[in-house]
Amino acid sequence: MSTSNFTRRGVLKTSALAGAGVALPTIFTASSAAAYMNEPKGSTVTLGFNVPQSGPYADEGADELRAYELAVEHLNGGGDGGLMNTFSSKALKGNGILGKKVEYVTGDTQTKSDAARASAKSMIEKDGAVMITGGSSSGVAVAVQALCQEAGVIFMAGLTHSNDTTGKDKKANGFRHFFNSYMSGAALAPVLQKMYGSDRKAYHLTADYNWGYTTEEAVKSSTEAMGWETVNAVKTPLTQTDFSSYIAPVLQSGADVLVLNHYGGNMVNSLTNAVQFGLRDKQVNGKNFEIVVPLYSRLMAKGAGANVKGIFGSTNWHWSLTDEGSKAFVKSFGEKYGFPPSQAAHTCYVQALLYADACERAGTFNPCGVVEALEGFEFDGMGNGKTLYRAEDHQCFKDVLVVKGKENPTSEFDLLEIVEVTPVEQVTYAPDHPQMAGGELGTCNPGA
Amino acid sequence: MDAIVLQILNGLDKGSAYALIALGLTLIFGTLGVVNFAHGALFMIGAFCAVTFSRILTWSHTVIDETKKDFLGNPLKVEVPHIYDLFGQATGDAIIDWAVPLSILFSIPVMLFVGYAMERGLIKHFYKRPHADQILVTFGLAIVLQEIIKYYYGANPIPTPAPAVFAGSFDFGALLGFDPNTIIYPYWRLVYFAFAALIIGAVFAFLQFTTFGMVVRAGMADRETVGLLGINIDKRFTIMFGIAAAVAGLAGVMYAPINSPNYHMGMDFLVLSFVVVVVGGMGSLPGAVLAGFLLGILESFASMAIVLDTLPGLNQIIIYLVAIIILLTRPRGLMGRKGVMED
Amino acid sequence: MLGLDKKDYTLLLIVAGLTMLAPFILNPFPEGSGLAQFNAGYPDLMQRFVIFGIFAIGFNILFGLTGYLSFGHAAFLGVGSYAAIWMMKLLTTNVIPAMVMAVIIAGLFALIVGYVSLRRSGIYFSILTLAFAQMSFAMAYSVLTPLTGGETGLQLKIADARILDGALEAGEQARANLFGLNMSSSYEMSVGSWLFTFNTGYYIAALVMLASFYLAIRIFRSPFGLMLRAVKSNQNRLNYTGLNPRPYTLAAFVISGMYAGLAGGLMVAMDTQVGPERMFWTASGEVVLMTILGGAGTLIGPVLGAGLIKYMENILSKINKDILHQWFAFLPDGLEDFIITLVYPFIGKGWHLTLGIIFMMVVIFLPGGLVEGGQRIAKLFKGKDADEDGAQTKPAE
Repeated sequence: MSTSNFTRRGVLKTSALAGAGVALPTIFTASSAAAYMNEPKGSTVTLGFNVPQSGPYADEGADELRAYELAVEHLNGGGDGGLMNTFSSKALKGNGILGKKVEYVTGDTQTKSDAARASAKSMIEKDGAVMITGGSSSGVAVAVQALCQEAGVIFMAGLTHSNDTTGKDKKANGFRHFFNSYMSGAALAPVLQKMYGSDRKAYHLTADYNWGYTTEEAVKSSTEAMGWETVNAVKTPLTQTDFSSYIAPVLQSGADVLVLNHYGGNMVNSLTNAVQFGLRDKQVNGKNFEIVVPLYSRLMAKGAGANVKGIFGSTNWHWSLTDEGSKAFVKSFGEKYGFPPSQAAHTCYVQALLYADACERAGTFNPCGVVEALEGFEFDGMGNGKTLYRAEDHQCFKDVLVVKGKENPTSEFDLLEIVEVTPVEQVTYAPDHPQMAGGELGTCNPGA
Repeated sequence: MDAIVLQILNGLDKGSAYALIALGLTLIFGTLGVVNFAHGALFMIGAFCAVTFSRILTWSHTVIDETKKDFLGNPLKVEVPHIYDLFGQATGDAIIDWAVPLSILFSIPVMLFVGYAMERGLIKHFYKRPHADQILVTFGLAIVLQEIIKYYYGANPIPTPAPAVFAGSFDFGALLGFDPNTIIYPYWRLVYFAFAALIIGAVFAFLQFTTFGMVVRAGMADRETVGLLGINIDKRFTIMFGIAAAVAGLAGVMYAPINSPNYHMGMDFLVLSFVVVVVGGMGSLPGAVLAGFLLGILESFASMAIVLDTLPGLNQIIIYLVAIIILLTRPRGLMGRKGVMED
Repeated sequence: MLGLDKKDYTLLLIVAGLTMLAPFILNPFPEGSGLAQFNAGYPDLMQRFVIFGIFAIGFNILFGLTGYLSFGHAAFLGVGSYAAIWMMKLLTTNVIPAMVMAVIIAGLFALIVGYVSLRRSGIYFSILTLAFAQMSFAMAYSVLTPLTGGETGLQLKIADARILDGALEAGEQARANLFGLNMSSSYEMSVGSWLFTFNTGYYIAALVMLASFYLAIRIFRSPFGLMLRAVKSNQNRLNYTGLNPRPYTLAAFVISGMYAGLAGGLMVAMDTQVGPERMFWTASGEVVLMTILGGAGTLIGPVLGAGLIKYMENILSKINKDILHQWFAFLPDGLEDFIITLVYPFIGKGWHLTLGIIFMMVVIFLPGGLVEGGQRIAKLFKGKDADEDGAQTKPAE
């Protein structure tokens, strides 16, 4: 059965621009002409940047979009080249991708899977995008990844932290650079043990949806492995804004650590509430009461304000890293926009470059070629140290940062400080690890 | 036992927020007969009054500090609030610290004006229109208002802390003879509860004990007759709309330290406040307050770990479940009047 | 013809013409031109137009005729979607069983919700439906995760059972189809620098919509429809005549729930994935807005309203600053920047703002919705005759 195909668009776009209209109507079925979905035939290639522009993650989406614009500028030879200078692969030359100038279209995911798919589909069907990237939640990432697999384009995930994205919902056409729940747990546990000792009682508040479940499981199993006891784990509704009734009973339970498996607005509110209750000033079981937030982002830290001070969590990347790659990225981003990039911006920028590089090395935009080039690809100089794109599940394996809310921030961006860079070996797991079980990668789909 | 006392306390606090918003909403239903979907937006604007006021207080000029570096290695630009120059750093910090309570004074005129402008400019033309049209136009207005806020303040929550003296929590447990630390409650939330009680009391007293309030109540019961008596009821209703907006706004101002304000916080509260109003009974002010506290307390109980162990997910649906049960057993909610919004 | 009077028949023909020629009508601008941004003739959006058209037509049968304002209709759409995707996962990827099951399950769910909610009227009814929908959303997102996939929803997987279908060839994926005819297959025709896409899925959805539209006309014109209008205009009087309106309203509620289920089933047939946000109260609110925006109680209004909202969501949100710079590049620099600053807040990430303003404008200036706008324009052209012509699309009241 022939599938839909839009490769004519690239040709038509250029020919129309050149004013070479075809006089007679030509009628044909499209699938005959193209080797793969949306094969760029003109002098340009179109990428689709699908980020939340409305809804609670709009600011994160805006930062992702800034990163993509910067990446496009660098790929086309503009600016200072950014991470292309420090990237271990030297295939990119600053002349676009495979000599074609990079163009892009943008869309609004609204952080809803339906809207995200509609937006991604319009990029594929209408604009002829050959790769879709971006997003700020795992629900959206899984939905769009499945769509890209069906349509036959590459999906480079943006910010998505759930194990499922490269676990039970993994797809051959999808790739994730961001870290995941398992890695957060594995990186955090040793630091927590060092700081708070191995005789602790933890109380979990968990966002009642997939990402919350995987994060709770990851943190629970890592902390229990080093001797912590889990007193209780309570699920909180996604739409909850006031967490007082969940936080009030924590002290009664005899727990001395509160783990907030929340993200975004949930995390900002639950942490603010917890600090309001004065939990951090209390003594339980003869120890200081502590709060832990497994996944941190700078935007959330900003929303929670002074409440983050001294609270541990993990992130994918932070602008205060001092390796060459991070410095180069902070410099080019900072000079263009006037403030340091967030971890969402970093992962999106890196994903765009990794895709471009894979196309160059494969010598084609064909998704199957790109998949082959990315699978098992080892690289360095992108800010996270030596990194591997594992072939089995298309997950990047790299160092993970454990961070802490800074006590004396010097600016509104200087909210987190790096406590430890957890080496990659410590966060690596087997592809069939129980937390990732189920799901099949399948085979790459080139569309046509 | 202590767990139950704690959740009752919690429910009262939650309920006071619900009651306050529902009260404003009911004032508008009851007096003007208008379904105001922009009421959540008024709550949100109130919270942003607090944000704006603290921004005004911290309005700064830049001083370049050569000794420190920013993230690009350039000399660090330090923001110094103008208020430091006026009062010195210590007094300046104290004023900034009290930004939220002080912004009550700022928000009352702003909210009264917003309410007045809304009623005169838009709502007035919709008294005779079907409820569906009222919903559409006020929903449109709510979207416009929140998009404007988003345009200027971004989508991220903005931390707006309470004054430092209210940090930490009060130990009820020790007071009531339980073990220490078992029943603790944040000072600011106690302030919020007292504040809500004060506002609710003031609104009731205003309606009950003043001539103005008496006329408004008469107008709620029978608008035409009051109009025939030669009283300009429209003008009073406009003022009531302004008061309702101010109530919603004050609820928002004081809520800002509890949850960092963001542009869609109004929409988050909108559905809930409608449920509260309807459960209380359309057009009944005491009903709205009662339902607010009732739902607040039930929600708190449903979030207890013991309850969730036996009935997982109950916390997700408790409010709606209670609403359905009440509406099926009491046709017009707890204290609704006959014939209000029933067609 | 077809049991319709002349005016209704003409309306049906017009709608049929519009839907069949949509790939041409929605793609008026040549590829590569600056205005191509406004083209809506690509499969996904065309499918969404007709699917949400069906949803709104169904909603209008309840709201437009009986005046009962349901605030939980998205729940039926969602339940229909879940039923459809489970049929595709378990039985076959053929869309027919999926759609049938979607309609049946949504109908049953609507029967339960309607039976309970219709015991109350006015805003009490609205809140009851809202409560059911919010409960469905909350449970689908969390505790029902094994059944609904939770936040990440459900998609077709290689490992699904698909009892009736043979095993997939290596590298092949499960795709929604109609007896082997792939929903995503398209035929493209280029005329000059125009490119028109004819998509199988779209035409199947469009045919379903035409059938639903025809059925809606029949309901509007039937004695049953008259009875529903009587419920709206004066339920007391109806009671006094000894008639019990409840069975009629319940029937209308279930029919409109089945329409929503059909829309949900079609959504899955066109795009094989379901997520719980489909049932959130904003989604229920959206269909209310579509209906009122287009013109409640009119036949064609809800479809227009659905089209406008979906167009804004999908087209306006994609215009970014770069595109603006391309458009206004011919202007002198200062003026270009000025105009872009002026326009920018309303497009791209600001598309919600434009939507809000349009809601307000329409309801302030066109109380009868877009249909009234159309009638006013028609009046301008035709003079007095238009009054009678427009009568058939006037609101039920």
